[in-house]
Order: sequence, then structure tokens, then C-alpha cells
Amino acid sequence: MDWGSLQAILGGVNKHSTSIGKIWLTVLFIFRIMILVVAAERVWGDEQQDFVCNTLQPGCRNVCYDHFFPISHIRLWALQLIFVSTPALLVAMHVAYTRHEKKRRFRNGEKIDIEELKNEKMHIRGPLWWTYTSSIFFRIVFEAVFMYVFYYMYDGYQMPRLMKCSAWPCPNIVDCFVSRPTEKTTFTIFMLAVSGICMVLNVAELCYLVIKICMKPSRKTT
Amino acid sequence: MNWAGLYTVLSGVNRHSTAIGRIWLSVIFIFRIMVLVVAAESVWGDEKAAFTCNTQQPGCNSVCYDHFFPISHIRLWALQLILVTTPALLVAMHVAYQQHQEKKLLVLTGHGDPKHMEEVKKHKMRISGSLWWTYVCSVVFRLLFEAVFMYIFYMLYPGYQMLRLVKCEAYPCPNIVDCFISRPTEKTIFTVFMLVTSSVCIVLNMAELVYLVVRACARRGQHNSNPSSGKSSFYGHKLSSEYKQNEINQLLTEQDGSLKDMLRRNPGLQEKGDRCSAC
Repeated sequence: MDWGSLQAILGGVNKHSTSIGKIWLTVLFIFRIMILVVAAERVWGDEQQDFVCNTLQPGCRNVCYDHFFPISHIRLWALQLIFVSTPALLVAMHVAYTRHEKKRRFRNGEKIDIEELKNEKMHIRGPLWWTYTSSIFFRIVFEAVFMYVFYYMYDGYQMPRLMKCSAWPCPNIVDCFVSRPTEKTTFTIFMLAVSGICMVLNVAELCYLVIKICMKPSRKTT
Repeated sequence: MNWAGLYTVLSGVNRHSTAIGRIWLSVIFIFRIMVLVVAAESVWGDEKAAFTCNTQQPGCNSVCYDHFFPISHIRLWALQLILVTTPALLVAMHVAYQQHQEKKLLVLTGHGDPKHMEEVKKHKMRISGSLWWTYVCSVVFRLLFEAVFMYIFYMLYPGYQMLRLVKCEAYPCPNIVDCFISRPTEKTIFTVFMLVTSSVCIVLNMAELVYLVVRACARRGQHNSNPSSGKSSFYGHKLSSEYKQNEINQLLTEQDGSLKDMLRRNPGLQEKGDRCSAC
């Protein structure tokens, strides 16, 4: 199970999304997952190996690395991307349940075209609208939570070049140097910007769905 | 999602590109992405491990490496290639939208059988009308991204050349320290190669832009001199204009306001002329 399998699973959900939802999925896969796999993982690849402290005291380097990097950026991004993309599975489950119900009615004697049932695009109406809106809401919440976690853990989004560490067994305040801080800051800001764009797309999609449902009853009454 | 995934996504767009657009896409994938993955990544693989400074001072190595290489060439090229290839998705989205509109029209005019639906999916869209504008925008964005990245490269690594020796005196280095870069000549060769292919892609994009503008103006000139030969959309050929108009009039009286709105908003669905609104 890797990013390719996630793409296969979410590609199916894409069919029942709005246009904004499809754009969001494209941005997620190309500007976040692909950048993570192709570029960011290499930048953070030697993060512990090349974390150097100005001391010969055994264990000091390990302890200081653990103190300053409780969870690596790469792992946090991977978790964020998984959490943010899985609410779409709620929609997939609802669509599958609706189709299952229709098939059951077909077996009980009602006339329904089975082939058409497999390929038809579900309209986002009724209970599916609620499921879809909930999935977007959860996406927004997860994005916001992870952005806050990043900010809280790393005191802002910048990677400093030098960190001073005095955890035991370091003998005194020891200088520790982070590898590739500028490149890491660049990628952190890039991923933050794309995360912001995804949040804007989700909020826009939410507004679009709410406006669409409010317009429908007003059109019916005219 | 990796380069192969990006290739799958972009090959779909290829069908609606011009001939120059297809050449551009092949150059991108073979001479840039493939060279990056197969060769350049191995050259830059040990860039930090083999960056050696003439000092035992802990941390001096890291700090000097970070000072001289704020962002590695490899990452910059990866970002450049992703940003340069994604404007093509604008065209893909527009084509998908147009196909959706054509399918809706087919269903409304009573030709909603699976055979016609398949034909809509398979036929190549003509680059005219609003699709022309989207296509031109995507080419302009490509040019812009290429130029911006070439400038960034020049700013970060003046002269595009990789030096063998750099002198560093950032804290905690005790004095001016000599630092040696690994494989400088090989890196210079690949940098120049990628620069040349980037320039070739810029030339191809500019040629495509010129071709699109000239073609659109030529079509406009032809249309002005011979107004009766205005072309319709793909299914305009299949249905005679009078029959179509009768069907649409009937549907307008029978259906609800949403259909009226759709057809009113898209008069081009009935008769798509090759309008060059740029000329």
C-alpha cells in the first residue's frame, strides 16, 4: 500500500465530486504528494545522520536531535496527506451503499438497468449532500489542525541553522547544526502555501454546495 | 505519485495539443525528466556527504554547505519540471468541460446513446474559441515558469558553473576555510545540458504561440472572406441546422428554466464558429 494505491482509491471518488473537488484532488496529488515523494524526502533523507553537535560526548547528539525533532516534517506531511484525503472515502461508501440498495430493488423485481447503475454519476443531493459536506468539513479541520501542529512543534515555519542544546548527557550548552536548513525552510513554506490553497479550495467548495442547495428551493417556488 | 504518474496524467492532454505541443512534451519527458531521474540524481547523490571542508570544527561543513547550496539543483529542476508541465492541465479541464456540454446537448437532442457518448470522448477538440484562449494561457504560463526558474538558477549559482573550491567563513568555522565540492565538472556539464534543453523548450513554446496566433488570424481572414463556410461543432455536422433549431425550440418550450439558462449561456453549443477574438 503506497501513494499509488491511494491515488487508485481516490480516483474512483473523483467521478462523484464537484469541479472544485476535482481541482482539489489534482492539486493534492501533483503539488503535495508528488513533491513530497520526488523532492522533499531526499532533502530530509540525511536529517539525523548529518545533525552534528559540537561535542564528543556519546548520546548527546541523539538526545538533542530527539529534543528538537520529536516528529520529522516528512512523517507529519505523510500523516496530514493521509488524513486529509480519507474523508473522501465517506462519499465513496455512501455511493456504494446507494448502489447496493438499487441493486437489491432490482433483484426484488423493479426494472433497473444494471450496467447504467454501475456507470451513472450520482448527483450530490439529499443524504449524499450531507455526507459530501461533512467530508469537506473534516478535510478543512484536519488541514487546520496539522498546520497548527507544525507551527506549535517547530516554533514557526523556519528551520534554524544552529540550535543550542543542554539536555543530559550533554556536558554544557552545546551547538548543534541542522543539515540543509535553507532548503528545508523553502520546502516547508512551499508545502504550507499549497496547504493554504487546498483549504481555500475546500472552503470555496463548501460555499458552492451551500449556495447550490439554497438556490434549489427558491427556484422551485418561482 | 511520481514521474510515471505525471506522465499518465499528461499523456491524456497530448491528444488535444498541436504538433509542436506534442514535440515539447516528448522533449520534456525524454531529455529532461528522464535525464534527471536516470543520470543527474546519481551525480548529485553524494553532494552533501562528499562536500569536504579543510577543518575538524564540528558543524562547519554543514553550515558552509548550506551557505553555498541554499537549494540543490536537483530539487530546483524537479520543481521547475512540475510547474512547467502542469499548465497543460488547464487545457485538460477545459476540454473535459466542453465534452460534458456536448454530451448534455446530445442527450437533449435525443442522441444520448452510448455510441455517440463514446464518440464525444474520443474525438479531438479543435483549438478554437475559448479553448484557444485557455491553450494560449497555458503556453504563456509555461514560458513564464521556464524563464523564472532560469533566472533563479542564475541568481543562486552565478554563471551556471560549479566551482571546485569555495572559501567559507560562517560561524562556527574558525577562519576562512577551504571547502571542496564533489564532481564539479560533471555537475557543470549536466547544468549546461539542462539549461540547453530548457532553452529548446522555450523556443518550442514561443513557436507554438506564434503558430496558434497566425493560424487563428488566418482562419479569421478566411471566415471574413467566405462567411457561409463557418464550421460548427463536431455534432453540428451530423445534424442539419434547421432540424437542430426545431429540436432545440421544442425542448425550450417543454423543459424547465435550467435548460433555457444553459442554452442561453452557451449559444456556441448550437453553432460553434471559429472565432478569433484575439485578432
